[in-house]
Amino acid sequence: MIGLTHYLIVSLVVFALGLFCVLTRRNAIGILMGVELILNSANINYLAFARFGSGNYDGQIFAIFVIMLAAAEAVVGLAIVLGIYQTFRTIDVSATETLRG
Amino acid sequence: MDEPTSVAYLRWIPLLPLLGAALNGVAGAPLQRRFGKGVVTAIACLPVAAAFLLACRAFNDLLALPAAERLLLDRVWTWIDVGALRVDAAFAIDPLAAVMALVVTGVGGLIHVYSAGYMHDEPSYWRYFALLNLFTAMMLILVLADNLLLLFVGWEGVGLCSYALIGFWYANHDNATAGSKAFIVNRIGDFGFTLGMFLLFWTMSAAGHPTLAFRELGANAHVLADATFLGWGAATVITALMFVGATGKSAQIPLYVWLPDAMAGPTPVSALIHAATMVTAGVYLIARLDFLFVMAPATLAVIAWVGALTALLAATIGTVQTDIKKVLAYSTISQLGYMVLALGVAAPAAAVFHLMTHAFFKACLFLGAGSVIFALHHEQDLRRMGGLRAWMPVTYGTFLVSTLAIAGFPPFSGFFSKDEILWKAFSSEQGGVALWFVGWLAAGLTAFYMFRLVFLAFHGDSRIDAQARRHLAESPASMTVPLVVLAAFAVVAGFVGVPAALGGSNRIEHWLAPAFAATTEHGAHHSAALEYGLMALSVGAGLAGLALAHAMYVTGRVSADLFARFGGGVPYRLATNKYYVDEIYQAVFVAGVLRLSRLGAAFDARVVDAAVNGVAAVVRGVSRANGGFDRIVVDGFVDRVADATLLAGGVLRRLQTGSINLYLYAIVAGVVVVMIAKLL
Amino acid sequence: MQLSDLVFFAIAGLTVLSAAGVAFSRNIVYAAFSLMGTFMGAAGLYVFLAADFVAVVQVLIYVGGILVLMVFAVMLTHRIEDVQISNRTVGLAPALLVVAGIAGIMGYAVLTTAWPVIEPGAAVATTADIGNLFLQEYLLPFEFASVVLLAALIGAVAVSRKELRSE
Repeated sequence: MIGLTHYLIVSLVVFALGLFCVLTRRNAIGILMGVELILNSANINYLAFARFGSGNYDGQIFAIFVIMLAAAEAVVGLAIVLGIYQTFRTIDVSATETLRG
Repeated sequence: MDEPTSVAYLRWIPLLPLLGAALNGVAGAPLQRRFGKGVVTAIACLPVAAAFLLACRAFNDLLALPAAERLLLDRVWTWIDVGALRVDAAFAIDPLAAVMALVVTGVGGLIHVYSAGYMHDEPSYWRYFALLNLFTAMMLILVLADNLLLLFVGWEGVGLCSYALIGFWYANHDNATAGSKAFIVNRIGDFGFTLGMFLLFWTMSAAGHPTLAFRELGANAHVLADATFLGWGAATVITALMFVGATGKSAQIPLYVWLPDAMAGPTPVSALIHAATMVTAGVYLIARLDFLFVMAPATLAVIAWVGALTALLAATIGTVQTDIKKVLAYSTISQLGYMVLALGVAAPAAAVFHLMTHAFFKACLFLGAGSVIFALHHEQDLRRMGGLRAWMPVTYGTFLVSTLAIAGFPPFSGFFSKDEILWKAFSSEQGGVALWFVGWLAAGLTAFYMFRLVFLAFHGDSRIDAQARRHLAESPASMTVPLVVLAAFAVVAGFVGVPAALGGSNRIEHWLAPAFAATTEHGAHHSAALEYGLMALSVGAGLAGLALAHAMYVTGRVSADLFARFGGGVPYRLATNKYYVDEIYQAVFVAGVLRLSRLGAAFDARVVDAAVNGVAAVVRGVSRANGGFDRIVVDGFVDRVADATLLAGGVLRRLQTGSINLYLYAIVAGVVVVMIAKLL
Repeated sequence: MQLSDLVFFAIAGLTVLSAAGVAFSRNIVYAAFSLMGTFMGAAGLYVFLAADFVAVVQVLIYVGGILVLMVFAVMLTHRIEDVQISNRTVGLAPALLVVAGIAGIMGYAVLTTAWPVIEPGAAVATTADIGNLFLQEYLLPFEFASVVLLAALIGAVAVSRKELRSE
């Protein structure tokens, strides 16, 4: 039977991959993709617990909010990326080290 | 003596001139500018005239009293009341003070009038009269004081006014120096005076009579008969100190050196201060303290010899002087010597008698000299005068009369007073032949140099500068009238002191007797024939002097060179250089004091200042250490803290790599830490 | 093993493989499209979890909005070649280490915790209930969410507009 644990494992794997993406990617958009993966894994968790843990729809409401906020964040993030591109002519994050101490 | 009669008008005698001085001093300059010199003259002369009238009134009141009670007292207010000392600001007039007051106000008043003419062209006219009035007020305080301390106030006051008036034309440095010299030499005398006053009060208090008032001192002076001070008799020490004061004021040896220099002042000032009044203050002091002096025969002997020698010394210097005022100055010193001699032979009445006659003829002589100087536009050298009797008859007449008086020719006043002194010098218990002889010599010399002065100035061919001769005229009435008045007194004043030997009653001696109750009459046993003989001798000396002067300066039969070359020229040179006394004083005292003060200054600079600078250096060192501590430790601490912060900042800022990847790692690391914390 | 289980494993596998593709692919465009696969897989999983509304919202917004936006951005910045996975400052190894560590810990947590599980009910249509919940219990967050979106919108416009103007 597919239980809670299975979903949790899936979410864990996606989270790990998203984290790896965040930590290793040099492309700014790549990092944002990693963030999306992490958010998705969180969503899976929410819904899994909503179904297996409580039975009410609180988890689903929350998942909807997460999706919405992810959208907002992606918008702003990509606007920033475009700004970086216009300033540095590249979106390699190692090129944006001008604010070093 | 019974209680003195109390009156209320005595205070006005000194007070009126004082008010005149204050008014002229404060408002004189603007008044003179707006209304002219007449107002200033009125403000100055009227108070003196009023004082004279009040003095006459006091004289009258004294005459009305019986002889033993002749004392008027005016107690104004209690001045000092401290412990045992009680001094009143009070004025007392007894026969002696009455004579003095009349002389001061009378002669002073005439000189005020004379000054109005003499100082006519002076811009500081108001200042002159303010000072002259102030002087008169101070002299009257001196004369009318009923206690020694108030007398001293007047004493100092006249010294101050003398200084101010000698240096009246202060723009000329020499005049200012002369004024300073007078004041400083007087100060030396004043030192003696104050020491004497302190000692007197001290010994009187120890004997149970703490007082400085004259009548109480006089009544109780006998308590000092046994008192001693440092092994000497108290009376002797006190009187010696008082005499030191008198030598300063009355220009005796050794403190006479200021008087010739004082001729730098205006001639009326010389007449008033340095002939008639201030210089007589010393004589007055000794006369006043007669009750002390009779207890100190040793001091009296010293006084007598000082007086006699001063008379002779000054006379010798006077014979070679070429400045008309200097001759008169040395003459004054010489005549003061006579007065002091009289005091020294316990004949104070004779001294005061001579004081009075001297005031008249000496003032007349000085004013006459002033008249000559005025007419010749301030020419004072005898070698540039001559034949003035043709142009200035009134001046000549009064001058001649006064000269006859001073030379001691009868029946002029000087004859009676000087002869009284010489007689007392011979016959008194304190006197002796030697003293008489010195006095007699000085009398001959007096006649000589005074007539020398007359012949050189008024007789013979005129050596006057042609320019001055054109404006030569007799002086105005304001100057000649006082001359005539004074000459008249020089003639008749002697008649109050005609001795018994010549059939007179010697009224002045009897008048002054209450003041000199302590002095007893000695020498009454000498015969009248001796007195006649001595009188003849002194007149003979006068005639000899007159004849010699005539031979030398009128007929030219005796050459002056004879005397100049006498004794190898040494006496002449000594006399011309005033026996080098000024130079000796300068070398010994002045230089010595200067050296001492330079020593003191060096000490102050090296030791005292070094100590102060040393302290300052120590303080500077301490503050430098403090500053160092502040800089190194305190600031250092703060700086090290700042350095540590910067260091930490420098280290920590390496976290800011700007690398986004690193930041992400950091986020993850934080999350991991939280997770681990939650798990544990 | 029922059919639903197999389907579950297939969809889970799709999700995981797409995520791996996002993480490990060198080409950013490939990564973007793998992301689309992940999103779709996730939507499938949502359906399995009886969250039909959420699944649809996922597809609409994530795939239709965010992914499109990302592809836009990729295309706009594609002139630059994509770079290797490892970057200069921190390398591959530390990342693996960290990830493995975290995954290990979380896996441990997941597997050893006794989750309070309830028996899931039948899958029903959730839209109406969710709509009710939005307008009753979660009204405030709902309204705030709209404000947040507005802010994000304005912010994005402001950020990108400034860059444009300064050019």
